[in-house]
Amino acid sequence: MSINRRQFLRRAGMVTALGLGGSFVINAVETAAEYEPSKQGLVAKHWAMVVDMSKFKTEDDFKRVIQSCVSIHNIPDFGNPKDEIKWIWSDDYEHTFSGGDNEYLTDDFKKLPFMVACNHCENPPCVKACPTGATFKRDDGIVDMDFHRCIGCRFCMGACPFGARSFNYRDPRPFIKKIDPDYPTRTPGVVEKCIFCVERLADGLMPACVEASNGGLIFGDLDDPNSEVRKLVSTKFTIRRKTELGTQPSVYYLVGGAKNA
Amino acid sequence: MLEKALTGSKKYWAWIIFLLVVIAVGFMAYLRQFSYGLGLTGMSRDVSWGLYIAQFTFLVGVAASAVMLVTPYYLHDFKKFGRMVIFGEFLAVSAVIMCILFIFVDVGQPMRILNVLLYPQLHSVMFYDMCVLCGYLAINIIVGWTSLGAERKGVHPPKWVHFLVYLSVPWAFSIHTVTAFLYAGLPGRHFWLTAIMAARFLASAFAAGPSLLIILLLIVQKVSKFDPDPPGVGAIQSLVKIIRYAMIANVFFYICEVFTAFYSGIPDEMAAFKYVFVGLDGHHSLVPFMWTATFLAFLGIALLIFPTRKNKVLLPIALLSIFFANWIDKGVVLIIAGFVPNSFDRVTEYFPTSNEISIVLGVYAIGFLLLTVLYKVAISVREEQAQ
Amino acid sequence: MYKGGKIIASLIIFVAILASPFFFNMGKANAGPDLPTYASSANLQQCVEPAEYMKEYHMQLLNQWRNADVREGKTVYINSQGKSFDISLETCVECHSTQATKNTVGVNNPALKTSDQFCVSCHNYASVKPTCWSCHSGPEGAKQ
Repeated sequence: MSINRRQFLRRAGMVTALGLGGSFVINAVETAAEYEPSKQGLVAKHWAMVVDMSKFKTEDDFKRVIQSCVSIHNIPDFGNPKDEIKWIWSDDYEHTFSGGDNEYLTDDFKKLPFMVACNHCENPPCVKACPTGATFKRDDGIVDMDFHRCIGCRFCMGACPFGARSFNYRDPRPFIKKIDPDYPTRTPGVVEKCIFCVERLADGLMPACVEASNGGLIFGDLDDPNSEVRKLVSTKFTIRRKTELGTQPSVYYLVGGAKNA
Repeated sequence: MLEKALTGSKKYWAWIIFLLVVIAVGFMAYLRQFSYGLGLTGMSRDVSWGLYIAQFTFLVGVAASAVMLVTPYYLHDFKKFGRMVIFGEFLAVSAVIMCILFIFVDVGQPMRILNVLLYPQLHSVMFYDMCVLCGYLAINIIVGWTSLGAERKGVHPPKWVHFLVYLSVPWAFSIHTVTAFLYAGLPGRHFWLTAIMAARFLASAFAAGPSLLIILLLIVQKVSKFDPDPPGVGAIQSLVKIIRYAMIANVFFYICEVFTAFYSGIPDEMAAFKYVFVGLDGHHSLVPFMWTATFLAFLGIALLIFPTRKNKVLLPIALLSIFFANWIDKGVVLIIAGFVPNSFDRVTEYFPTSNEISIVLGVYAIGFLLLTVLYKVAISVREEQAQ
Repeated sequence: MYKGGKIIASLIIFVAILASPFFFNMGKANAGPDLPTYASSANLQQCVEPAEYMKEYHMQLLNQWRNADVREGKTVYINSQGKSFDISLETCVECHSTQATKNTVGVNNPALKTSDQFCVSCHNYASVKPTCWSCHSGPEGAKQ
C-alpha cells in the first residue's frame, strides 16, 4: 500500500472525529420528573440587608455574628492574612467607607467598627467578569456561587470593588474547627463569599448572621413596600459603600441607628 | 519540515538541553503547586493576580507585535520585511502558547478550564480573551507553516493564506485590546480604570515585541548562514523606526496618565502611582523596578533617536533597554500595582515565591524551546533554498 | 512498505504489551461489586428512582440535581412516581449508609462496604473515583 504521511494523517483524523462525534450521541433517558422550589422557602424580589451598628455594643456581639457564619459554612481559619478566607467581618469606618477623608474626624470616629460582607450588588461587576457563570445573580437579587463550575481564575476578585471575595489558596479542610456536615466545604482553587445564606432561606430561615445579631442586621425584601428594610431605607438616613461606582449595593448602613424600633 | 529541528550543531543541542532542564524543574514545581494549591505562590486575598497573569499580559503584547511586520509587508507591499515576516509569525506562535500556559498554571482548577467554552458568558471579557487568543494562535500557525512549506517547494502560497493574513492584522490588535479590557473595565481598580489602557498596551507591545524580534534576528544572523536582513536592505533599521515611535508613544501615554492622576489630585487616582514611584504607607517594593524601567525607557529612546541606533553594540543595548523597560512596566508593575491599595485602602505587598519563579522560568523555557524549534525549521528551509 | 518487517514486528510486540493485563487475568474469576441481597420485606424502600434507572443514570441525575439546586434554587425533586425528595446528598445518605436509621436493607449495603469511602463498593469495582467528597461531607464515620 502506498500512502503518504499527509493522506494517512488526514484519514486518521477523520476516523477519530467520527468516533468522538459518535460518542456525543449518548442521551440520558428523561424520566417524567420535575423540580420545584421548596414550599417553606422564603421568596423575595430583592433581598437586602440593613446594618444597624448601634446594636453591636460588645466584642461578643461581633464574635457571635461572625462565628454563626463561620460554623455553618465550614469557613477555615488559616491563621494568616495571605490565605485568609472571610465571608463577614468587621472593619473600621475609615477603611470601610474609603474616599473622602475628613482629617478633622476624631480617631474615635475613624475607628468605629462596621460589619462588612458581600453587598449583593444590583449591577455586580463580579458577575459580569466571571467567564463561566460560576458566580451569578439569582432572580431574588442574591449573587450566588456555584463552586462546581468555578475554575479559580480570580477575575471576580479583581472585579469586586469591595474586597468581599476570598480564594482557597490551599486545602481548607484541615483548618476548619468543626466540619458541619449539612454544608459542603470547598476544594482548593475556587473563590467563595457570603451568599446571603441561600440554603437557610430555602428552609424558611433567616441568614445566620441576621439571627445571631439580635437586631443589628435586618434582612428583608426591598421590593416589598411593607418590609422592615424597605421602611428603614426609605425613611431613615443610610449610606452604602462606594455608590459612585454604580454597582448599587444591597447592604445599607443606618446612620444614627438607635432610633429605629 | 519539523525534522529539520532534529539536526544541529553542538551549541544548538546544548541550548535545547538547557531549556529542557529548566522545563523539568518548572514542571516539578508545578506538580507541587497543583497538589498544594496556589498558596505556594506569593498571591494573597488582596493581591489575587501575580507574576503568572503579569507574564501573560506582557506576552500577549509580544504576540500582537507580529502585526508590525505583517502590515507593511502584506498590506503596503513593503518588500524589505520579506525575509523577516516568518520569524515574526513564529515569535507570535511561541508567545501565544506561553500566554495560554501562564493562564493554565494560574488557574485554581485547571481541570475545569473547558468550562469557559462549555458555559460561555457573553458578558465576560475573559471569555472573549480565550477565543481571540486561540484564534490568533491558529492563524499564525497556519499562515506561518503554510507559507514556509510553500517556500520550501518553491511555489506561491495558496490564495486562502492571504485571507488569513489580512484577518491576522485586526485580530492582532484585538488580542491586545481585549486583554487591556480585562483590566480597563473593572470599576474598583483605579490604577487600571483608564481609557488609555488599551492604547498603552498596544504602544508598548509594538515597542517590546519588535525589539525582541530584532535581537532574535541578530542572533539568527550570527548562528546561521541565513541573513534575514542582508546588507543594503535595511529591514532592521526600518523596524527600528517603528519601535522608536511606538516607544515614544508609550512613554507619552504614560506621562498623560501621570498628569491626570497628579494634576487632578484625586487620592484614588494618585495612590497606585505613588506606590510605584515613591512608595505608599511605608511600602515600596516596586519603587526600584519602576525607576529602572523609567531610566531604561528613556535610554532606549535616546539611543534609537540618535545615530547610535546604527551602532553594532549600542543597537542591541537600546533594544534590550526598551524590551526590559516594557517587561518591568507590564510584567512586574502593572498587575501588582492594580491591587494597591486594596478595596479597604490598605497596602498588601506581593513577593513571588521561589516555586512560583521556577514555574515562570519553566513556561518561558517552553516558549523558547518552541521558538528555537520553529526558527530552526525556518532557517533550515531558507538555507536549503539558498543553495 | 519501507522497513515493513521491523514495523510489523514492533507493532505486534506493542499490542502484546498493551494487552498483557488481559492475558494475565484470563480465566480468573472476578467478584463483582458486593451488592446487597435484598430481604423481600414489605418495608423495602425504593431509591429516588427505580433501581434499574439509578444504576444507569445516577450520575446524570446528580448533575441535574446540582444544577437545579445551586443554580435555579429549586430544592425539591418530584420523581417519576410523584414522590417528593429533598435535593441533597443527605437524601442518599439516609439509606445508603450503615449508620442510617432508615436502613432496612440489612448489614450488607451497596454503598458502605468498609467505611473507606462512601459509594466505594461499586465505584472501586468500576474504578471510577467520584470527586464529590473533596467538598461534600460523607455519612458520619466514613473516612473522607
